[in-house]
Amino acid sequence: MDSFLDLIETISGRPAPLLFGQLLLGLINGAFYAMMSLGLAVIFGLLNIINFTHGAQFMMGAFAAWMLLEWAGLNYWWALVLVPIVIGFTGVVMERLMISRLYKLDHLYGLLLTFGLGLIIEGVFRNQFGSSGLPYRIPDQLQGAWDLGFMFLPVYRGWVVIAALILCLATWLVIEKTRLGAYLRAATENAPLVQAFGVNVPRMVTLTYGFGVALAAIGGVLAAPIYSVNPQMGTNLIIVVFAVVVIGGMGSILGSIITGFGLGIVEGLTKVYYPEASATVIFVIMAIVLLARPAGLFGRA
Amino acid sequence: MADSTAITANAIPATDREDHGVWGFSRAQFGALGVMVVFLAVAPFLLYPVFLMKLLCFALFACAFNLLIGYVGLLSFGHAAYFGMGGYLAGYAAKAWGLTPEISIIIGGATAAALGAVAGWVAIRRQGIYFAMITLALAQMIYFFCVQAPFTGGEDGIQAIPRGRLLGFLPLDRDLTLYWVVAGIFLLGFLMIHRIIHSPYGMVLKSIRENEPRAISLGYRTDDYKLLAFVLSAGLAGVAGATKSIVFGIATLTDVHWSMSGEVVLMTLVGGLGTVFGPVVGAAVIVTMQNYLAELGAWVTVIQGVIFVICVLAFRRGIVGEIANLLKVKL
Repeated sequence: MDSFLDLIETISGRPAPLLFGQLLLGLINGAFYAMMSLGLAVIFGLLNIINFTHGAQFMMGAFAAWMLLEWAGLNYWWALVLVPIVIGFTGVVMERLMISRLYKLDHLYGLLLTFGLGLIIEGVFRNQFGSSGLPYRIPDQLQGAWDLGFMFLPVYRGWVVIAALILCLATWLVIEKTRLGAYLRAATENAPLVQAFGVNVPRMVTLTYGFGVALAAIGGVLAAPIYSVNPQMGTNLIIVVFAVVVIGGMGSILGSIITGFGLGIVEGLTKVYYPEASATVIFVIMAIVLLARPAGLFGRA
Repeated sequence: MADSTAITANAIPATDREDHGVWGFSRAQFGALGVMVVFLAVAPFLLYPVFLMKLLCFALFACAFNLLIGYVGLLSFGHAAYFGMGGYLAGYAAKAWGLTPEISIIIGGATAAALGAVAGWVAIRRQGIYFAMITLALAQMIYFFCVQAPFTGGEDGIQAIPRGRLLGFLPLDRDLTLYWVVAGIFLLGFLMIHRIIHSPYGMVLKSIRENEPRAISLGYRTDDYKLLAFVLSAGLAGVAGATKSIVFGIATLTDVHWSMSGEVVLMTLVGGLGTVFGPVVGAAVIVTMQNYLAELGAWVTVIQGVIFVICVLAFRRGIVGEIANLLKVKL
């Protein structure tokens, strides 16, 4: 083991604990990038709208988990089940009342509408809870840390990475391998034709939006014990996720998952080698990708 | 090509034809210009000049933004970067180098234009929603740069920027004196944008907005046209930001933050996308609103969000667009 660590330190030129610690943080950030960009891609595929509210919905997920614990005494596991349903439902209402009116217009109006909705939600939460951030305790079952020999892995952080991977892969399986997913892909290609075959496309669109929102909300619940629960947590994330989406291209589900995790790791490595650039590295990569391959790594031109 | 219909196509009144009035303005536009000039001349005696100067800076910012969205159909969601960087550079030039205000403002505008050239070069590779996301991401990169770079003063910003002497001899300490300078800068920028829109170059821009593949098939290098429009828009946004930091004596992170990018979108949307006077009216409405509602704190964000939603759902022509539609003229 020690010789392995020495080897790592020789190759990387950095202390192993620092390297692995940052890699783990990068992996966790990557998990959130993957979940968020996956939700954006699913919504964009069918609705042709970039859901700017996605960040606010992520934040709502975290706050909903906090409220369930503080006000209703329902623990983390309840939150994991209830929050996506509740927040997903708010998404369904939003789609029916507002977003559905914009499908015939330029897609940019969808961006502007969801930006406005994001401002409203963020503003309301900031009024109610301030901007300092609320603590959320890690559930008892996920306390502590595993000794991996070369580093200590906090159980909760491992859980977040695994849960995110499972969610992403499950979404991919549903879309690529099931009948429902086949309808979804068909409607993405040609909605009127699918409707002519008797599929209720408008309802599918609504539920897809609800599902994308629920995905953001689960992300929020997972994030609550790691990051402090605050009204700005979503917007700061969503702008990075936009860059992730541009890099990956929204054409491929698996592509957005890989891009999300990959960029998280790259960001973590940047923190080790050149911390000053860690906040901007993803944007720089975006610019390079755009110059070399404008459609994105997995995108179709 | 139904998908590529420009965002402003339905915001423009059906009477969008050129009636050659005075100096390229239609008769209605010339009338509106007259009203605006009279307002500029009378306002400082009725209203607080510093408030008016703030309004004019944002009006020029919104006009610069509208050059892209209204006439090329490109939604830049990162215009705060050019506004804020213009402000930083002008502030730094005036304070650290002791340059005169007009030179400082030119430096601010030129820096923003150079930044726009680089960012635009990257961003014009994609259209529509992607363009908006890319400009937002690039602006966020510039924001993080401003947080870390030593010359911006980080969280404190650049404070106590001197107003200095115009051309080296006219002191600008009196608000009213400075007001005339700011009003002049605004009018110059406004007329410049008008001139750009009505030039043969502007006609090509509009054709790109309406149908880019067709413009390409007619032999236009649309990327070059779009890039130049981006540079001009960024440069004018920089001039607006530079003027603002000279007026207020401070340049801070607020002006490079993404929420500022959102605000300029809102101003233009409220006033009317793709109208010449819309951004001016929209900026006046939003700045006035912020002034009166300042003590409400975070509720201002909520109100802005509500205005966004209302405008997109029910009021897509904006104030000036609706008026133009009612009067069946082009404004």
